[in-house]
Amino acid sequence: MIHRVRLSGAGHFDDWRQAARSLILQGAEPRDIEWGCDYEYTDDLFAAPSAPPRAVTGTLSVPRAFLTLAERLLCHNNPARFSLAYRLLWRLQRERNLLAQVTDADMCQSHQLVKSVDRDCHKMKAFVRFKEMDGEGARRRFVAWFEPDHYIIRRTAPFFQRRFTDMDWIIATPKGSAAWDGQSLHFNDQPQTRPDIVDETDDLWRTYFANIFNPARLKVKMMQSEMPKKYWKNLPEADLIPQLIRDADKRVQEMNNQTLNQTPPRFHQRLNKARST
Amino acid sequence: MAKSLKDRLAILSDAAKYDASCASSGTTKRNSLKSGGLGSTEGSGICHAYAPDGRCISLLKILMTNFCIYDCAYCINRSSSNVARARFTPDEVVWLTLEFYRRNYIEGLFLSSGIIQNSDYTMEQMVRIAKDLRLKHGFRGYIHLKTIPEASAHLIEEAGLFADRLSINIELPTDAGVEKFAPQKHPANIRRSMGELKTKIDEAHEPTLKSRRRKRFVPAGQSTQMIIGADKASDATILNTSAGLYSGYRLRRVYYSAFSPIPDASQALPLIRPPLMREHRLYQADWLYRFYGFNIDEITASQPDGMLELDIDPKLSWALANRARFPVDINSADKELLLRVPGLGVKTVLSILKARKHKRLGLEDLARLKVSVKKVKAFISASGWAPVSLIDRADLREMFNPPPEQLALL
Ligand code: SF4
Repeated sequence: MIHRVRLSGAGHFDDWRQAARSLILQGAEPRDIEWGCDYEYTDDLFAAPSAPPRAVTGTLSVPRAFLTLAERLLCHNNPARFSLAYRLLWRLQRERNLLAQVTDADMCQSHQLVKSVDRDCHKMKAFVRFKEMDGEGARRRFVAWFEPDHYIIRRTAPFFQRRFTDMDWIIATPKGSAAWDGQSLHFNDQPQTRPDIVDETDDLWRTYFANIFNPARLKVKMMQSEMPKKYWKNLPEADLIPQLIRDADKRVQEMNNQTLNQTPPRFHQRLNKARST
Repeated sequence: MAKSLKDRLAILSDAAKYDASCASSGTTKRNSLKSGGLGSTEGSGICHAYAPDGRCISLLKILMTNFCIYDCAYCINRSSSNVARARFTPDEVVWLTLEFYRRNYIEGLFLSSGIIQNSDYTMEQMVRIAKDLRLKHGFRGYIHLKTIPEASAHLIEEAGLFADRLSINIELPTDAGVEKFAPQKHPANIRRSMGELKTKIDEAHEPTLKSRRRKRFVPAGQSTQMIIGADKASDATILNTSAGLYSGYRLRRVYYSAFSPIPDASQALPLIRPPLMREHRLYQADWLYRFYGFNIDEITASQPDGMLELDIDPKLSWALANRARFPVDINSADKELLLRVPGLGVKTVLSILKARKHKRLGLEDLARLKVSVKKVKAFISASGWAPVSLIDRADLREMFNPPPEQLALL
């Protein structure tokens, strides 16, 4: 019997977990399940709507490490994530030490996907930029636009909650949004559009970025491997980069040439006098 | 005409860029969920941007002022320099830090300063900034303060209550260098401050009898910076100074900063700037000393002038000078020896030790552990692999020489 499971949104972990549990308890083999979600819906696959998997009662225990792995795995944008996670779960019923087999093909693939999710999360924490919105309320309000590769908003939102607790904020992305109002986090799975907001403080940040850079130490490749170009369009400082690189040589030359004008400032002369008496 | 905040930010960040450190890691974990305020630290720091010099921008790294009554030859802010001057009020620094933080540009503040009026006056203002951030604004992000030379011990102690990290710059690798290039600074006093700070950190680390809790005091420890290439100190001298600092004052980090051309440079300085690669090699050697069980003497022994080789890394350099110690058998060698193999890092060595409990390892297993087999294979023996004797290979060094375009870095 073929089971078709269509998860809502991008496929939340809890929904997958519930479906997977029932399926395992029914003894449904991995090859007999077709997984999908609203986001990656394809007509032919789900032409005939299917009944959600029957809720089956019973207990199923898995190593805790599997849960943390599967939770991250399901954030990936690879449509095969649901079946891969299910296959691991299925195999775990018989191969209890599967998770320790680092050279197993399913495990290798999982680790690869998880690594990419982790990196995406890290970059989101680094490169989200909040812009302030007008408002009269007691709390200040900010909004950010970010374009993650994977479905990581729910995963990273608690970080922003822990850090930006005293302000209201929304992080909008093409894969949904997260918002904090001082009481709770709210999620929306609908694709968002880029808000059009100007924050004057960005200008001070750009000033800082341009001046903290040392033109005598140009290492463009190093910068780009850590801050790939795909992020640049949403970073207020990034459009300064080409010019900074272009002018670096010139600025170093200028610094070297400046050495010749040599009358120390007056306060230096006063200090010297004070020191010698 | 008074300079705008933006103009002063330009001057005072420009003046801070010669500082190598921007780290925001290694402090206690904390967040604002309970306080309902602003800020968190989560163990490893976050780089919020990268400048085209490849360096991580994690903190708002600025000077409170670049006016200075000292005249250190290597410094752009020395009193005899004609650089444009500016000063922030403490409130302005607090405002900038909080507003930058709210927009997620930064993890926190790294504040240093030129000396105005006197050391204590300057240090007091800096402490006030940190104190206001913490107490008035409930800020729980990262704060690094660079202490002012000759500031009183009680001010440094107060700074430690609010800062995650304090640094006291050693400036140059030798006392003679400091005396020559920083005539108003006293190496003995710098070391005394470091010693006092270490004692305070150690004390705070002892849980008190009453509360059994450790006092919060500079949780990310102390660090220092040394300028490379302004004086004639060799790499061996520099590394020995570092080793003394690590063991004597338990510093978290020694930063090396290749002396950089600065506008309006003092004529007391050498005209040739040191290659950036030299700084890189020093960091690698520092790493070998701290994490790989190397002595400083071993690292520099093969170089008669005490300078690290620029074209190959110090671990490879050591291995080539000690060929008789190889090959190392990855299936039986102990950890210390494995750590000496060029191309094997600490993580890999731990994986090898784990993996070889279950099977004899061959080159293909190393490849699976993401080791560059090409690089290590001359130095190891493994199941099904024995290298041609190293001593016989006159061309071994050439095999590792980097392609010429990388040398353009110099
Ligand atoms: S005391 Fe510090 S800021 Fe002043 S000249 Fe010396 S190094 Fe520069």
